[in-house]
Amino acid sequence: MSKLIDENEGAQYLYMGNEAIARGALEAGISLASGYPGTPSSEIIENLAKVAGERNLYVEWSTNEKVAMEVAAAASFAQLRSLCVMKQNGVNVASDFLLHLAGSGTRGGMVLVTCDDPGALSSVNEGESRHFFRMVEVPLLEPGDFQEAKDMTKWAFELSEELRSLVAVRSVTRMSHASGNVKIGKLPSTDKQAEFRYSGFILDPMEGIVGSAPVAFRHAEQQEKIKKVREIFEDCPFNTYEGPEKPDLLVITSSACTLYSREAINLLGLQDRVGLLKIGTTWPLPPRLLTKYLSLTDRILIVEEVLPFLEDNVKIIAAEQAKAIGVKTFYGKNNGTIPTAGEMNPDHVVAAFCKILNIEYVTMSSEYEQRAQLLGFTLVPNREQTFCPGCPHRASFWSIHNALQLDNRKGFVCGDIGCYTMAMLPTGFSTLKTVHSMGSGTGIASGFGKLGPFGMDQPVLSVCGDSTFYHAAMPALVNAVHHKSNIIMIVLDNSGTAMTGFQPHPGLAVSAMGDEVPAIDVAKICEAVGARVEVRDPFNLKETPDTLLELMEDQEGAKVLILRQKCALSPERKAKKYFEMQVDEERCIGEECGCNRLCTRILRCPGLFWDKEKKTARIDEVLCAGCGVCSYICPEEAIIRKEVA
Amino acid sequence: MGNTALPKDPYSIIITGVGGQGNVMASRVLANMLVRRGYQITIGETFGASQRGGSVMSHIRISQNATWSPQIPKGKADVVVTLEPIEAIRVLMTYGNPDVQVLTNTRPIYPVGVISGELAYPSIEEIQESVKDLSAHAWFVDATEEAIKMGNPILGNIIMIGAVAGIGALPVDRADFEEVIKENLPAGTLEVNLQAFDVGVAKVTA
Repeated sequence: MSKLIDENEGAQYLYMGNEAIARGALEAGISLASGYPGTPSSEIIENLAKVAGERNLYVEWSTNEKVAMEVAAAASFAQLRSLCVMKQNGVNVASDFLLHLAGSGTRGGMVLVTCDDPGALSSVNEGESRHFFRMVEVPLLEPGDFQEAKDMTKWAFELSEELRSLVAVRSVTRMSHASGNVKIGKLPSTDKQAEFRYSGFILDPMEGIVGSAPVAFRHAEQQEKIKKVREIFEDCPFNTYEGPEKPDLLVITSSACTLYSREAINLLGLQDRVGLLKIGTTWPLPPRLLTKYLSLTDRILIVEEVLPFLEDNVKIIAAEQAKAIGVKTFYGKNNGTIPTAGEMNPDHVVAAFCKILNIEYVTMSSEYEQRAQLLGFTLVPNREQTFCPGCPHRASFWSIHNALQLDNRKGFVCGDIGCYTMAMLPTGFSTLKTVHSMGSGTGIASGFGKLGPFGMDQPVLSVCGDSTFYHAAMPALVNAVHHKSNIIMIVLDNSGTAMTGFQPHPGLAVSAMGDEVPAIDVAKICEAVGARVEVRDPFNLKETPDTLLELMEDQEGAKVLILRQKCALSPERKAKKYFEMQVDEERCIGEECGCNRLCTRILRCPGLFWDKEKKTARIDEVLCAGCGVCSYICPEEAIIRKEVA
Repeated sequence: MGNTALPKDPYSIIITGVGGQGNVMASRVLANMLVRRGYQITIGETFGASQRGGSVMSHIRISQNATWSPQIPKGKADVVVTLEPIEAIRVLMTYGNPDVQVLTNTRPIYPVGVISGELAYPSIEEIQESVKDLSAHAWFVDATEEAIKMGNPILGNIIMIGAVAGIGALPVDRADFEEVIKENLPAGTLEVNLQAFDVGVAKVTA
């Protein structure tokens, strides 16, 4: 049985932060969970999907985050508890509905979990979702360790029902993708009844119409909820203080930064000088609690990720209470004590303490550091990100890059979000020239395609993955077709949301819970919209570039090329290679060949390397995934593929 | 509370390697072995985009009773386990110190820059010299080669866990490993994993 649904109350497990959040939701008795995959959030929905049968849940990967939030809201309106999960920029996508949901209020407990990615470890942004919750006036909680991730998620549902408001829980990569001991609680009965009531008095929160109008009435009601929750937060056990009664410095922090701050206090032995106020209820802040701790000392350091959100809100309270608590000196992001970009770590907090308290700390003896740096810089080659061995994207971008070179009209590709974003780098032959948000490649291309009257005659291409296609690229394609924008949209269809771990999407005949569902075909959608559509196998390095060259000749509006091949990490591809690969050492004439190591210098597949001693290319039998692509590019036909029976 | 005193609290381990080597799995297995012994564990992991051929790192913090930072402070690693040799030096540049113990798998995975010929990869002898120079104790294990002999290169990570248990740096043993594998991995994989574990132990104790 999964440790996620262990009934042994009080047992302790090593849970990943995302598992702790999932367990908290299960202990709260949720009936529905929805989300869109995005690192570092994906394991929450994945884990819930695995136990859906046992826990009587409905779990889905929705088409995008806005739909996910709408689906979760429906369960709340029908008086069930529901969870909605996304990464930081997912909240941007969902934000229009978020604003209106904040206004309408909820019925059954509804919690939005957003997992932010400070430092952009797996993102192309380090956006802050926290600002949304102040903007739309929704309470925001941030767990400071793994136990809290579970306990706080559970409590968030109770709070949501007490207020009849959505409650947000914000995690970060170092919480979601970190693990720690968690003591589990009780799992409730799974017997739930759904009913949507709408026949009561029109403004009745539980039996009337659900909506954000009349705005004057609903908005005032919403602000009453915020006043109420501020009171609740005054006595919340997730706000804690550890340290002396009269510290030299008060640290105010939240989320994973709590652990960094505690580590730094311990490293420098500052337990008697520094107090640590850990805030779990980040918005709205409880003013009396803050006033009490701000009174302890005159120097305040605020440690958080990424923008000074907590800092700004603490300063408002400090300004309002200035008469009672006196004038404070604040250290944090605004005065440059803490970096304003990138993720935090214990060393940043150590550096801040050293600066403020004027103390010395040696991270590494200078003798050791010099030796390590010297050896590192002379010996350690940079390990650039790369497509996996056998990745269809490497083959696709090989063809796209070559077709653009042959066409020779300075054509370019607008990129999108997925593994293929790495085609900005040499692993994708530096093919992508713009990269923004989900679906934006085709939207931007649609605009470029209308610049002909201003003298722009460069071919315009866009790429998007299959999951991205449904998420946000469909409206962009409709726009391009409708406005006769002369573009080629290339759908890199690898049969799953590969980057985040193969979550299903509407193009597949299976749901998150493993049920059979109708698959919605990308090609048919594009045809129905009115685009010319071609489908090719990217592993065929002859047909694909030829097709692209021909499409670039076609000046009639938007065209779609679907390059369909399964991800190299998919269970099917991992189970069986297409080809056994081998380099014929007789035929590879090495440095004598005019190709100048085309196979290893340009293709750069980790499964194929240059044997410096033998001066020939060689297959790395551990890494090679048997896609057969390299056999196309050797001018001497020395790379041989043998079909696997 | 852990049932054996730790050399330090928190005691800090780094497991590092390249995406696809089973780094995350290795760190979870080792951490679960320690949880069984009653310790409070925190693991910080870097994966996601770095899964795609980049360097991957797990930080494991072991404590009698506290949750520590999922990122080890600079210069504070006590044990470093690397599934790829050059990654040992990369980690020591930031987290090393004269007292650190290092276990290194000797099978290189070349970065693309090396494959393309733009960058050089040092000889294994040079790597070994440097790792010895930057550590108190260093062990080199041909884990991937042994794993290939056993029929699956991914078992290299389990061989390295066996080696960690073998050097006695952590209060864990074969029984802990067996229990964790039984609980977490599919039935039928126990025997081969135990064999791999034993190979690892033998490599550092022979």
